[in-house]
Amino acid sequence: MATKEAGKSISYKPMSMSAKEYKQFAKNREPARSVLKNCLRAFLVGGVICLIGQGVQSFFQAAFNMSPTRAGNPTVAIMILLSVILTSIGVYDKIAQWAGAGTAVPVTGFANSMCSAAIEHRSEGLVLGVGTNMFKLAGSVIVFGVVAAFFIGIAHWLFGGVGR
Amino acid sequence: MKQGERTWVFPNPPVILATGTVVGPDEGEGPLAADFDLVHPDMELQQPSWEKAERLLLEQAADIAVSKAKLKKQDIEYFVGGDLLNQIISSTFAARTLGTPYIGVFGACSTSMETLALASLMVASGAGERVLAATSSHNCTVEKQFRYPTEYGSQKPPTAQYTVTGAGAAVVARTGEGPRVTAATIGKVIDLGIKDPFNMGAAMAPAAVDTIQAHLQDTGREPGYYDLIVTGDLAGVGSPIAKELLMRNGVPLEQTTFRDCGLLVYDVAKQKVQAGGSGCACSAVVTYGYLLKRMEKGELKRILVAATGALLSPLSFQQGESIPCIAHAVSIEA
Repeated sequence: MATKEAGKSISYKPMSMSAKEYKQFAKNREPARSVLKNCLRAFLVGGVICLIGQGVQSFFQAAFNMSPTRAGNPTVAIMILLSVILTSIGVYDKIAQWAGAGTAVPVTGFANSMCSAAIEHRSEGLVLGVGTNMFKLAGSVIVFGVVAAFFIGIAHWLFGGVGR
Repeated sequence: MKQGERTWVFPNPPVILATGTVVGPDEGEGPLAADFDLVHPDMELQQPSWEKAERLLLEQAADIAVSKAKLKKQDIEYFVGGDLLNQIISSTFAARTLGTPYIGVFGACSTSMETLALASLMVASGAGERVLAATSSHNCTVEKQFRYPTEYGSQKPPTAQYTVTGAGAAVVARTGEGPRVTAATIGKVIDLGIKDPFNMGAAMAPAAVDTIQAHLQDTGREPGYYDLIVTGDLAGVGSPIAKELLMRNGVPLEQTTFRDCGLLVYDVAKQKVQAGGSGCACSAVVTYGYLLKRMEKGELKRILVAATGALLSPLSFQQGESIPCIAHAVSIEA
């Protein structure tokens, strides 16, 4: 390796790119994200979670002679429990990295967002830690869910009982 | 001592008497495991919180560095430290344990070289005989503060980086045996408008380019003066960008070897770290562990470490601000 002596006067070109040019330059150098692969994985994992849910529901219907509607509540409880267990033993986030949006399916994804926040902020105490932060991620889902339900309710009232 | 625009060239170069490096399990599974002083098998370190675990990493790295330098805590006159957490609590609380006069600094992931540069300046100027420079980061404290809860299931894009769990400390002294800090170049805050906190490499690359060019121009050294020029944590996305930008600006990088600590610390192909490592500890443990050991063996004579930092806060990026970045370069010679 050539070792150059120090002490010479050196000058290089300064950075000449504008922010706009650099953003494009950097964008062109990002590794490609495989949308197709991510979609397939999300479909697979999301589908499997729903299949498990359906299995649990069918079990309640068969074993306790419940109607599909009545079997819904204990099924959701079981799915929440499974998600909380997987989150607590540190597995859910690993599945999510592989599955992408597949693990965001409402029941298990919602339970994971609450459980992970509760675990994370346990060190700050039960009230200010767990209580305050548990809805840190899930809170916006509830807020916008309620707002959306309000407007759909008004639309339903205005335009009549479709599907009543 | 000041040379050119923003470089300190030390006429009596301070000596790095000893270093201490402590890492977590993922770094222990990486290719540099054998170069670290202490590898923890878990992230908790039997502490009740991630924050306490990070603090302990820093305290252990400091203890190891001080004892390897055959000194006692009382022999350290000042401690210059910093980390990524709000109000730099890891360093401050570690300073409480050390009981040493303390200067806290924040330079995000560039803190490793920022503290080494400041410690060297203090020693070279006669402000102190023995100064400790140290920094730490912990994957879970950073995830918690800057991103989502650690167990939250979300997919990270391939441009994201994995924060190194670890701490690195160096004892800088006026006299003794060891590699010498010959110069340091202080970075400017550079912001080319990148807003994606999951693409820090691209955000920080221009800052590294700016500081490396300033260093070479200020000192009149060509890249070939160094056996190795290493950036802090640009990783798989930022490192090639920095290289391309330097070459475009006419810096003859082919004279030297150009590497990045974020790509050295992990086996990026095998370990699930997306683009590579990041965090204050990334450049600290790679430099104080791996690189200085290679210098000791005589494999490297002169290196330039340009540690890069993304100076964002969780608040600033939520408010839609772009990511200001900085890089500080330190020249270490055997």
